[in-house]
Amino acid sequence: MHELAVTESILKTSLEYAEKEQAKKVTDVFLVIGKLSSYVDDSIQFYWDYVSKDTICSKSLLHFDRIPAKMLCLDCQMEYDLGDDLAPCPRCGSARLKILTGDEFRIDSIQIEK
Amino acid sequence: MQVKKVPIVKSILSANDRIATTNQDLLNSHGIFSLNIMASPGAGKTSLILKTIQLLSSQYKIGVIEGDTAPVTIDSDKMTAVGIPSIQINTGGDCHLDAMMIEEALKQLKLTKLDLIIVENVGNLICPAAFKLGTHLNVMIASVPEGDDKPYKYPAMYRGVDVLILNKIDLLPYITFNQDYFLQGVKMLNPCLQTFLVSCKTTEGISVWTDWLAEHLKAFKNQLP
Repeated sequence: MHELAVTESILKTSLEYAEKEQAKKVTDVFLVIGKLSSYVDDSIQFYWDYVSKDTICSKSLLHFDRIPAKMLCLDCQMEYDLGDDLAPCPRCGSARLKILTGDEFRIDSIQIEK
Repeated sequence: MQVKKVPIVKSILSANDRIATTNQDLLNSHGIFSLNIMASPGAGKTSLILKTIQLLSSQYKIGVIEGDTAPVTIDSDKMTAVGIPSIQINTGGDCHLDAMMIEEALKQLKLTKLDLIIVENVGNLICPAAFKLGTHLNVMIASVPEGDDKPYKYPAMYRGVDVLILNKIDLLPYITFNQDYFLQGVKMLNPCLQTFLVSCKTTEGISVWTDWLAEHLKAFKNQLP
């Protein structure tokens, strides 16, 4: 049931910022989700419709910007996007990697009407 | 009507993170070190906590917070049986503990009488690491029978922890578990992860973990104002 907790948290932050702006309505919420924080899927729109009902976020749309996991091989310096499976460097096989992107899990912005 | 885009750029769980920070401040003010133990169901969270208590309770006063989804007291009863104060949290179906639940539990423990609080999270590999509790170290227990592919399947958990304990190593001769493959997955996700290989059953490796923890506790106490 973590989707509900995540959705409630998104609502709380969105409302806080919308109220600061004296918004009449929130129309869109933009989320940035990295591939390695992979436990949020589009089903949260369903929870969103439910928890945002009766608030100024009602009927707003969630947008997911999905960021690929970009890896840097610390041995041969190759940069590559991780596919669906966690895998060592495709060029030299090293597992000494730095994760450049993929941990993102944030609310980037909201679009409001005032 | 004016349409405007308002930048936020905040962690989705920032409200939880704020309470987690308050929890840690409270723990620090009492000189209490704390662990958040996470694992899939059956990996050995309760067993490891009991072994840790066995080896450290003569030097340190320990308290435990138990998280379960159902209204049961099986784990907290085990702690009470060995003389350890313990608080049971029933999450009412939620698959993880959050900072607010810990805030409530901390109110029920006698903080002036403790050096170490161990939180046993709900058995789950999907999300507990994302919900910060305010504890000082996130500890994950993996176990041999779960299989060697778990870092590959649950990357977020392996990314979000500070310590990894591989339990049930006494079963290695009987189970197909490629330790190199397992550890390679861990290394790719979390290269500096402190890792211990243990068996709660035979106690192999347990004292290496508790010695390390005791050193950490000492260092924590020494850096307090």
